[in-house]
Amino acid sequence: MSEAKTQQKLVGRSVARKEDGPLLRGQGRFAADVNFPNQLHMRVVRSTYAHGKILSVDLAPALAIPGVHAAWAFADVADIPPIDFRLTKLEQLAAYRQTILAKDRVRYVGDPVAVVFADDPYLAEDAAEHVVVEIEELPVVLHADGETGEFRDGLSTEPAIIRKGYGNVDAAFDNAYATVSLSLSIGRHSGVPMETRGAIGRYIAVTDMLEMYGAAKVPHWNRDQIAKMFGRPPASVNLFEGHVGGGFGVRGELYPEDVLVCLAAMRLGRPVKWIEDRREHLISTNHSRQQTHRIRAAIDRDGRILAIDDEFFHDQGGYMRTHAATVPDLAAAMLPGPYRVPAYRAIGHIRLTNKTPGGTYRAPGRYESTFVRERLLDAIAAETGVDGIEIRRRNLIDKSEMPVTRALETLGTDIVLDSGDYVRLLDKALNGVSWTELQAQLKQRRQAGELVGAGVAMFVEKSGLGPFDDVRITVSTKGLVEVVTGAASVGQGVETVIAQICADTLGVGYDIVNVIHGQTDRIGRGLGAFASRVTVMTGEAARLAATKLRDKVLATAAELMQLPADGLDIVDGEIVRSDSSAGPSMSLAEIATALAPGAKFLGEREPGLFAEASFESHHMTYPYGVHVAVVRLARDTGAIDIERYLVAYDVGKAVNPMLVEGQIVGGVAQGIGGALYEDFTYDDRGEPLSVTFADYLMPTAREVPHVDVIISEDAPSPLNPMGLKGAGEGGTNAVGAAVAAAIDDALGQPGAITQLPVSPQMIKAILKSRG
Amino acid sequence: MSDKTNIILNINGRDHAISVESRRTLADAIREECGQTGTHIGCEHGVCGACTVLVNGEPVRSCLMFAQQAAGKPIRTVEGLAKGDEMHPMQRAFMENHGLQCGFCTPGFLMLAVGVLEREPEISDENLIDVLSSNLCRCTGYQNIIKAVRAAAIEMRQS
Repeated sequence: MSEAKTQQKLVGRSVARKEDGPLLRGQGRFAADVNFPNQLHMRVVRSTYAHGKILSVDLAPALAIPGVHAAWAFADVADIPPIDFRLTKLEQLAAYRQTILAKDRVRYVGDPVAVVFADDPYLAEDAAEHVVVEIEELPVVLHADGETGEFRDGLSTEPAIIRKGYGNVDAAFDNAYATVSLSLSIGRHSGVPMETRGAIGRYIAVTDMLEMYGAAKVPHWNRDQIAKMFGRPPASVNLFEGHVGGGFGVRGELYPEDVLVCLAAMRLGRPVKWIEDRREHLISTNHSRQQTHRIRAAIDRDGRILAIDDEFFHDQGGYMRTHAATVPDLAAAMLPGPYRVPAYRAIGHIRLTNKTPGGTYRAPGRYESTFVRERLLDAIAAETGVDGIEIRRRNLIDKSEMPVTRALETLGTDIVLDSGDYVRLLDKALNGVSWTELQAQLKQRRQAGELVGAGVAMFVEKSGLGPFDDVRITVSTKGLVEVVTGAASVGQGVETVIAQICADTLGVGYDIVNVIHGQTDRIGRGLGAFASRVTVMTGEAARLAATKLRDKVLATAAELMQLPADGLDIVDGEIVRSDSSAGPSMSLAEIATALAPGAKFLGEREPGLFAEASFESHHMTYPYGVHVAVVRLARDTGAIDIERYLVAYDVGKAVNPMLVEGQIVGGVAQGIGGALYEDFTYDDRGEPLSVTFADYLMPTAREVPHVDVIISEDAPSPLNPMGLKGAGEGGTNAVGAAVAAAIDDALGQPGAITQLPVSPQMIKAILKSRG
Repeated sequence: MSDKTNIILNINGRDHAISVESRRTLADAIREECGQTGTHIGCEHGVCGACTVLVNGEPVRSCLMFAQQAAGKPIRTVEGLAKGDEMHPMQRAFMENHGLQCGFCTPGFLMLAVGVLEREPEISDENLIDVLSSNLCRCTGYQNIIKAVRAAAIEMRQS
């Protein structure tokens, strides 16, 4: 008997990305690369006031310019309803939604007031400057934690309060050994992908089909919404995702401009293209993060948490957009993190201000609440005189307690921490930086006069949001495999990961697997790419579909080869005997040919070699991580240099460790931005001061240190057979918390850092105040 | 503003006879008039470097140059890096080191790195990071980009 062939496993290996070739050759197809004959270009006229009453909009001067074909203000689009909520709807928020053009008030600098359509984008920009908008300025609200104001029609700028919690919080505080209280704030920053937004609308009269190109993140949901807003059947609208230049939560939500290009394509009978410029992006694409928290913990004599009580203010900006209450809801629901919190109360005030509206950004609500919670743990350590690591150990949920049901709910799911060994990961992280030696070195350096310190932060993430995902796999008569998914990609490597899973299950190479995503005309439903869900949900759906397909292939081969199906295997696209390399074999192409329409073998069978599967999941999976930061402060300038950074992250099962590491390191860079550099600031009239990359500072190759990554697989999720958890947000989550702790340590001043981002000026002020 | 001038842009060794307004940026002319959409526009104010191309062998932010200023000068874009099926060492190094995720900033980084290494093959690591810090990436955290450029530098020196 000769040795049987076996398929080399792909899942778990760092194979090269399928996506890279075209992107490296300049053959990408991003939104701005999409062009149609006879297209018009749209330019948005935006409010230059943060808050005001629209007195008049005069479109005539723009319309008088040759080459300008149309211009609209609110009256022209008054029949289109405001943009609805996608997640975390609350009834009382409905009145705060944004219309596609401002009705009678503007609520932030950048609020779309009018649009012009011209033959050429330069001309459209010229014409937009000729639209005369008269606005009577109104008083602005710029602080979410200050006085409320009027949104409009007597509505308050506090539309809703999120309340979450369990247990008897007041009793816990009454009986506590000590109480620790903090006031903390997180600045306003956002995803800011390198590709600005873009949308191209096209209407095909002969089939009454409306199309939008430049879709991302949630194409199916947006398709249904656009159809609903225009009163069209969903089947008469299709969205197409091309290459997407980064998403991070902000791109792909339904924005006014997406609806406007579609409406214009129908009304004007020509394709309409809109590409956002960077200034527009910084004042009109979702902002995120900005919150202030007043948090306190009740503790016992050993520093164990008895209760946490948090009241926070969430700065939502001008309107409630598609995410509705998502970010404050997640902040409140995820705040307890990896610790035992016997009693808990969170009250989150959603506040409208006269700034760019907010939405989610990578680790939404968790970047904020991890900063707050970990500052609290550090404060408990300082209060009790117990080392911060030891305080965390005393409060961490033990592996033996898993799964842990928290009496909290978010994103329509109950929070059940599915699996985790938090203590073990903490040890891995500490070993990864040789914590004891590191502490000794830092102490020595501090004695020599350096301002250096280390900080640790822990967190629980969430991923794999359901409730479903579908996959359809088809094999062509050439033996090529096509996987159609309802997922989307924002550049994170979806095609590679799904191809790896499918190839392993089916028994083929991943190079012959073509993964389709973000095309609403190819699959009926799909939830897209957000909340670190794609690998978990689409990955498992792909595995299920590939398993079905494999069974079909083997059953067909068994008949054709006159061998029992259970004695066959598929190796590199060949159906072979599983017990020997001798004997007959067939190719996948031959099986597909045997089942092709009109083939003799077919008989009563359904033609085609394909399989479909859905994966349903009603609970999220919960990856968890530890960040360690080492910083050095410059005494003279206050400059903050991150010398060293480590992330340990447990993802249950890493399909492609290289891509997981890529997600983590990229996430850290964004987290550093929010911790040290990025801040959307406003003057006291609400004029945005961060409107170019010269004022909105993102980290460069100089500011991002080497990041050590420990990918851990100690706690596979019990919710899916591969044990998958999402990896997209763990790199970002705890950066603010870890960096703040490290700066405290460098200053030798526990609790010094109470707000993000930390600027050199702040460090200088702290140093100066100490004399 | 619609007075147009006829110019010739030489991109990757090929002449494109085009007609542009004097205010037309080189980035827009390369993408729209010449159909080479591999060069991306990220900010239009010269900070992010996504639109970096080589003009006379020097890295240039094509959003800050007018098309007319580049008339008659040799321009190289990402489309000209590979020789047929064979990728440039820099492209290969980006693939092998996972130096890209969404790929939007990638052409700018490739042109910046190739341009710098062709002029200064022995560039110090310190200076290399300094050069690479002139472009922005929002996905990778830069570490793999730096790794890729270092790897390609070694290969480019050997050839």
